[in-house]
Amino acid sequence: MDIKNPTRRGLLIAGGLAGGGLLIGYAASGPSRRHQLDKVASGEGERFVATWLKISPDNVLTVYVPHADMGQGVITALAMMAAEEMEADWSLVKAVQAPAEQAFANESLGQRFTEGLQIPSMLTGVNDAAWLKVAKFMHIQLTGGSSSVRWTGQHGMRVAGAAAKDLMIRAAARRWSVDPSQCVARLSHVHHDASGKSASFADLATDAAELSPSSNPLLKNAKDYTIVGKPIPRFDIPAKVDGTAKYGIDVQIAGMLYAAIQFVPVFGAEVVSYNEAEILKRPGVRKLVRLPSGVAVVADNFWRAKEAAAALELKIDAKGNDARSSATIYAQHDKDLAAGDGAKDVEIGDADAGLKDAAKLVEATYRVPYLAHACMEPMNCTVWIKSDGKAEVWVGAQDPLGTRARVADVAGLSFDDVTLHPMLLGGGFGRRIPVRKGFFEFPSEIDFATLIAKEVDAPVKLVYTRENDIQHDAYRPAVTSVFKVGLDKDGRPLAWHNRYVSKDDPEEAAHIPYAVANQSIRSVESPTLVPRGPWRSVAHSQHTFFIESFMDELAHEAGKDPFEYRRALLKDQPRHLAVLELAAEKAGWGTPLPKGHARGIAIQEAFKTIVAEVAEVSVSPSGELKVHRVVAAVDCGRMINPDTVEQQVESGIIYGLTAALHGEISIDKGAVAQSNFPDYEMVRMADVPAIEVHVIESGAALGGLGEPATPPIAAAVANAVFAATGKRIREMPLKNHDLTPLTAKFAQAAD
Amino acid sequence: MSVTIKVNGVSHTLDVELEMPLLWVLRDELGLTGTKFGCGIASCGACTVHIDGEATRACVTPVVSVENREIVTIEGLAEASGAKAALAPIQAAWIAEQVPQCGYCQSGMLMAVSALLKENPKPTDAEIDEAITNVCRCGTYPRVRAAIHSLSNA
Repeated sequence: MDIKNPTRRGLLIAGGLAGGGLLIGYAASGPSRRHQLDKVASGEGERFVATWLKISPDNVLTVYVPHADMGQGVITALAMMAAEEMEADWSLVKAVQAPAEQAFANESLGQRFTEGLQIPSMLTGVNDAAWLKVAKFMHIQLTGGSSSVRWTGQHGMRVAGAAAKDLMIRAAARRWSVDPSQCVARLSHVHHDASGKSASFADLATDAAELSPSSNPLLKNAKDYTIVGKPIPRFDIPAKVDGTAKYGIDVQIAGMLYAAIQFVPVFGAEVVSYNEAEILKRPGVRKLVRLPSGVAVVADNFWRAKEAAAALELKIDAKGNDARSSATIYAQHDKDLAAGDGAKDVEIGDADAGLKDAAKLVEATYRVPYLAHACMEPMNCTVWIKSDGKAEVWVGAQDPLGTRARVADVAGLSFDDVTLHPMLLGGGFGRRIPVRKGFFEFPSEIDFATLIAKEVDAPVKLVYTRENDIQHDAYRPAVTSVFKVGLDKDGRPLAWHNRYVSKDDPEEAAHIPYAVANQSIRSVESPTLVPRGPWRSVAHSQHTFFIESFMDELAHEAGKDPFEYRRALLKDQPRHLAVLELAAEKAGWGTPLPKGHARGIAIQEAFKTIVAEVAEVSVSPSGELKVHRVVAAVDCGRMINPDTVEQQVESGIIYGLTAALHGEISIDKGAVAQSNFPDYEMVRMADVPAIEVHVIESGAALGGLGEPATPPIAAAVANAVFAATGKRIREMPLKNHDLTPLTAKFAQAAD
Repeated sequence: MSVTIKVNGVSHTLDVELEMPLLWVLRDELGLTGTKFGCGIASCGACTVHIDGEATRACVTPVVSVENREIVTIEGLAEASGAKAALAPIQAAWIAEQVPQCGYCQSGMLMAVSALLKENPKPTDAEIDEAITNVCRCGTYPRVRAAIHSLSNA
């Protein structure tokens, strides 16, 4: 598990802290995610993460994690990786989210970073080219792409931990005049067993700070792990059971005001006029602020602001955007797909020839609708722009530094004049990533809170209502995908022809793991004004539904069992095969089920983790669907915290199940038709199937876990529905379909 | 308008509109932010508190309707449960089962479940399904169920 990519660079720095102690910093470049990072990072397509480890005089190791914990357990998992390599005593380990500061570049910011401790001298005056480059990239601190553990953890945390241990050992060896190879680190101490000498990390810290960290420290062998791989309680949980956890929405500042917005419902519409005088007379209302797509009311209590915003009568100019609907968007998809061959995604062999030679041609068109994220904590952002030109921001963000940069942009301030206080996130799922120039340019609560704060001489907390959240999100896009596959006389796919709207991140989402000699996969653009953004698992959420449902169609066309059909085509993919077989075995694939019950299977690799899911459903004679059981098999390489792994897989499945059963944002007269949970329905306790999670630790490179369990569930359930009813679901969500079983099993639905 | 309410054993006299929902009185007037805003229409349960021991969604409960009643929020749950420790048994079970993920819905979840368990200390799965309709977007439901059963079997 070395750093394999030679273009990745790691920088290590170490120094003493005032009053004793040691600080070790690590920064490295990383792989890009196509849109977010290439564009943000000035075309260099790399990201930097900063990791800090601090040993205090009381021998406590504090791990600063440069990622947001949205409940995925990343702060604990990353601390485990650092502590493991450092040989720290877990009872002496703390972990916190790193503040949104460019610790490398600026002394005063660095001081804040280390909680007021004096900045180590080695961090001052750092101005060589390499360091400046790091500073430049520090504008990004993104939590997304299931990247935290497999990237920051694998490289930043492990390497920093190992380097820290190495410093401690060298310091001890020097003090005792022995060879470092005779010293070992155990439980936050270094021991020289031959003489019986030992010293705590804290005791050695001042000496260690004099030494240069090794840039290539020896990492532990996985078989020697004592912390990683154990189910360890998360640091963040106690505050989440007694009401003390502070999310962005919970910020309270003396003199703070509250803002609520009434948006123009139509995307692309503008406010013409509104009843300002009347609204200003309402109790507690202080000010109205006109925004590009709505009007904000500022009041002394959020409820007063919200009620006043609801009482606003906006006259709007729809700018001709009010004829748009889901039907016109889909019609545009069809038109754009028919008009051009699009941009190359995959071209292998000769798909056209393969289609011509096929014994049987199978064609299908699949669609998914827009989806909102619906984080439980409604979007919010608190901004205070002070008279001295400095600003403070309180928000739960998946990218605190990027958010800080965005506030500075919108406020017209320099980055350094903005201080951002990262708060807990009540859900993220891709929603709490800030807008950036050239990418993902949808006006968000970050922009609006800043625009409002510019007009108010006090801290202002903007909170979205749930209706705002559902109707003004950056949505998982509506997508159409058209398949044409030629089967040979034995039912095996000879050619795979797929055209879809439109290209999204990650690039490989529409690729197939199956052995098909001729493939042509291309994407066509079909822009609309409906804002789009990353949604848990991003483009995998749609393409896995398409591909794995269509694979099921092919299996049935070929007269094969869907599990066996996939199995035969995954012969050259041993990890996929093992995951597929484990899921089938644990689910009892092929064993008898009660009447009306059926199973469906699907598999997907996403963010380097392979997940197969088998869903067991029943459909009543009147078409009522129930998902009884989901068995998931997962190969994520290796588990850091097994408890978190299980939790994230359950979480991903339930998130995807909500989308499959109920999820639909539809557009009507240019606006979102849904508004709150009654019409944007969620899976609740009574709908949750029994979920079993089985993990294969293949030892492959670490895969992500926050997202990969989400994609397969829609196809697994839809395939089970087909097996139970004979009805093939080619458009999500399932609630829109009459699932009354056809009498003839395996008959194609008449649509 | 002046209204007096008793929250976690402490009386507060407030000058607010009588129809202001209890949720916003707790959060913005009293600074008790453990009770969360989720939907504003009593659909998701994030704002669940106890009114005279009964699980109640505070976002649609006018403050005037809870005058002279015993209001308990997540901040007062341990004390109200008579726990000698800092945590009520249900909170300890939530930690033992590692229930929360993002954690935002968990105050409401804990208040809803604690009210259920007071009434029915050993609920069946079907009874849990019927009583606990709170929304959790992280999907902690399997762990919530496990934690309830761990308390039932304690």
